[in-house]
Amino acid sequence: MAVPLSYSWRNLVTRRLTTTLTAGGMALVVFVFTATLMLAEGLRQTLVSTGSPGNVIVLRKGSETEVQSGLERVQASAMTARAEIAPGGDGRPLAARESVVLIGLTKKSTGKTSNVVIRGVEPASLALRGQVRLVSGRAPQPGTPEIMVGKAVAKGFAGAEIGQSLRFGKREWPIVGVFDAGSTGFSSEIWGDADQLMPAFGRNAYSIVVAGLREPGLFDAFKEAVEADPRLQAEVWRETRYYEKQSDMMRKFLTVLGVSLTLIFSLGAMIGAMITMYASVAGRVAEIGTLRALGFTRGAVLLAFLAESTLLGLIGGLAGVGLAAGLSFLTFSTTNFQTFSELAFRFTLAPWIVALSLAFSLFMGVVGGFLPALRASRLGIVEALREA
Amino acid sequence: MLLLRLILLNAFRHRLRAVLTIVGVAVALTAFGLLRTVLDAWHAGVEASSANRLVTRNAVSLTQPLPFAYKGRIRQVTGVDIVAAGGWFGGVYLDEKNFFPNFVVETDDFFRLYPELIVSPEEQKAFLTDRKSAVIGRKLADRFHWRIGDTVTLRGTIYPGQWPMTIRAIYKGARPDTDETVLYFHYGYLDETMKKRSPRRAGQVGFFMIGIRDATRAAEISKDIDALFRNSQAETLTETERAFQLGFVAMSEAILLAITAVSYVVIAIILAIAANTMAMSARERLGEFAVLKTLGFGAPALAGMLLAESMLLALAGTALAIAVLPPLAKGFAVGLAQYFPIFFVSPTTIILQAAFGLAVGVLAAAVPAWRVSAVRIADAFRRIG
Repeated sequence: MAVPLSYSWRNLVTRRLTTTLTAGGMALVVFVFTATLMLAEGLRQTLVSTGSPGNVIVLRKGSETEVQSGLERVQASAMTARAEIAPGGDGRPLAARESVVLIGLTKKSTGKTSNVVIRGVEPASLALRGQVRLVSGRAPQPGTPEIMVGKAVAKGFAGAEIGQSLRFGKREWPIVGVFDAGSTGFSSEIWGDADQLMPAFGRNAYSIVVAGLREPGLFDAFKEAVEADPRLQAEVWRETRYYEKQSDMMRKFLTVLGVSLTLIFSLGAMIGAMITMYASVAGRVAEIGTLRALGFTRGAVLLAFLAESTLLGLIGGLAGVGLAAGLSFLTFSTTNFQTFSELAFRFTLAPWIVALSLAFSLFMGVVGGFLPALRASRLGIVEALREA
Repeated sequence: MLLLRLILLNAFRHRLRAVLTIVGVAVALTAFGLLRTVLDAWHAGVEASSANRLVTRNAVSLTQPLPFAYKGRIRQVTGVDIVAAGGWFGGVYLDEKNFFPNFVVETDDFFRLYPELIVSPEEQKAFLTDRKSAVIGRKLADRFHWRIGDTVTLRGTIYPGQWPMTIRAIYKGARPDTDETVLYFHYGYLDETMKKRSPRRAGQVGFFMIGIRDATRAAEISKDIDALFRNSQAETLTETERAFQLGFVAMSEAILLAITAVSYVVIAIILAIAANTMAMSARERLGEFAVLKTLGFGAPALAGMLLAESMLLALAGTALAIAVLPPLAKGFAVGLAQYFPIFFVSPTTIILQAAFGLAVGVLAAAVPAWRVSAVRIADAFRRIG
C-alpha cells in the first residue's frame, strides 16, 4: 500500500521557509532555462516568418547575406523575366529587384549607434510581402526620396518618426509612413525607392531579386535554370529557408550559452534539493519508523519521499515557467551577428518549451531526492523507533 | 579555542550537508565566474585596442566602402604617422562552420602599425615580399594545423571567387588579450584581382587604419580628417580604435544585459542554498542554543557562532570555486574559440568571487542568527526540534 500523497504535500507545507528557499532556487534555474529557450525560439520564429513560403530570393553566388550580395542590373532583369514567376496585379512579373544597405542610427534607449537595414524596393516588393502593412502615414511615392520605417525602428531609434527625416548620402530623406510587419525582420527595416537609394550610396548593382512563383512546385525548375546560367553567377533560396538560415549562428550561440549555464545551475539546485530532503529525512526518523511499523513497505516509504522532492521540483518548475512567461511581453532587440543588422524579436513561449522546462524541474527534484529517499527507506524499524 | 572547536564541530555536524553546501556554493560561484569571463571576452577587443590608432570608415555604416584615393589626403593631416587601407574580407574556409576573422590590409607599415603582433624578421620579410601570402595567428594555425608554406584557399562571400594564398608568417600576441585567430592578407592582391574581375568594385576600401604619434591628440586629428571629407560623396567617421571596438560591443548590448542579469540570478541561487542550510541548522539546534543561553552566553555570542559557521562553509565553497574556475575556463576557451578568441579569467573576476562568497556567508547567517538571538529560553526548550 502506498503512503498517501497528501503526507508528502503536508511535509512541504509544514516547513514553509525551507520549502520556499529550495523551490525558489529551482525556480530561478528553471527561469533561466526557459528564458534562454524562449529567446532562441523567438529569434527563429521571427526570422522564419519573415520569409513567405511562395517566394524565392536570389543572391550572388557565395554570398551568405543580402548585404554581401550584389547582382548587376542586366543579371537582375534577366531573372525577373523568367516564366516561372507569377504575374502581378499590374500584369508585370511579380518580382522585385531590391538593394540592401546598412546605415548607422542612434538608439533611443542607449544613445549608441546600431546598424539598420535600409531596403531599396520596387512596387512589387509590397505585394510580395503580405505581412507588411502601413499603420500610419502613407507609402513613399516612387521617384521621390521619401521613405517609410518599420514599427521597431520608429520605436527604438531617435529621429525616426513620421515628419522627421534622416540624412545620408548628401541628402535628406523625409519619413512619410510607418509600417507594421508583425513579428518579422521587416519591422526592423527602413524602406525607400531602390532607384533613389542606389545612386545615393554610389551603387550600380542590386543586392537581391525576390519573386513570387506561379506555384511552389516550380521552385526546383527556377533554381536550376538560374543557377545553371553562367552569366548570372547567382544562387536561389526559398525565402523562408533563407531567413531561417540567418538565425543559425545567433541561435546556436544563445542555446549553447544558455543550456551550458543552466546545466551548471541545475547542479546547484539539485544539491539544494538534496540538502532539504536529507534534513527532512533526518528530522522524521521516528515518523518513518512508525510508518514502517504500521506496515508500509520500504518501497512505499521510498516513493513517499521521492514524491515529496518531485513535488518540490514541480513547485519550483511552475514558479520558474510562470516567471519566464511574464517575459513574453518583452521585446528583445539586438544585432544579429550574421547579418550585422539590428533585429527586434520577442521572448516566445512555445508549448514544447513549457513541457521541457517542467520535465527539467521534475528531473531536478527526482535526482535531488533520490539518495535521501533511499536512505529513508533503508532505516530499520527498531532503530528508527528507538529514536523517538 | 574551545569556541573555535565548537564552531568547527557544529559546522560539520551533518557532514554530508556541509559538504553539499560547500559544493553548492562552489558550483554557483563558478558559474558566476564563467559568466564574468564571458563578459570580459566580449570586451576583449576593446581592452586590446591601442590608443595610438584611429579608424576612419564611411559615416553611413561600416559596410559602406570608402575610395582608396582618400589615403593621400588623410596622410597629409598633421599628426598622422601611418595610413593603411584595410577591410573585412569575410572569406570562408571550406564551409561556414570554419569561421575565423580575415582582413585585407596594406602591408607597407603593417608590423609598425600592429606592434602587438610578433613575427620573426625572416617571416616578416617573406610575408611582405609575396603579394599572394597571408600572416595568421598562432591559435588559427593550431586549429587547422597550418604551417608556413601551406596554401589556403578562401571562398569570398563579399568578393566572389576562390582566393588562394600562401601562409608566410605566423604571429604570436604580445599580450594575453591579443587575438591570435586572425588572418591578414595583402590589399594589393585583392585590389588587383578585383580590377580584372569586376573593375567597378576596385579602388575601394572598408576602412583606413591610422597610426598617430601622440595619443592625446586623437580627438583633434579625428575631427581634422572628417572635416576633409564633409559633403563629399562618402563622408567619413573617424574614431579611436577603442571607440570603434566599443561600437561593436554596444550592438550586442541586450545580450550583455541578459548575461549580467543571469549572473545576479546565480548569486541569488547561492544565497538560497546557503541560507537554507543555515536556517535548518539553526532550527534543529534551537534547544542547544537555549542551553547555551541558560549558561550565560549572550545573544551576540550565539549570533557570532552561527555567523562563523556560515562563513566557514561559504568560504570553503568560495575557495573551491576559485580553484576550479581557471581550468574550467580553459576547457570553455577551446569549445567557444569560434565566438571568443580571447577567454581567460581576469583578476577582477576572482576578487568578485571572493567578495560575493563573503557576502553570502554573512547574509545566509543573518536571519537564523537574528532568530536564535531573539528566541526566549523557555520557548526554545518547549519546542521540539
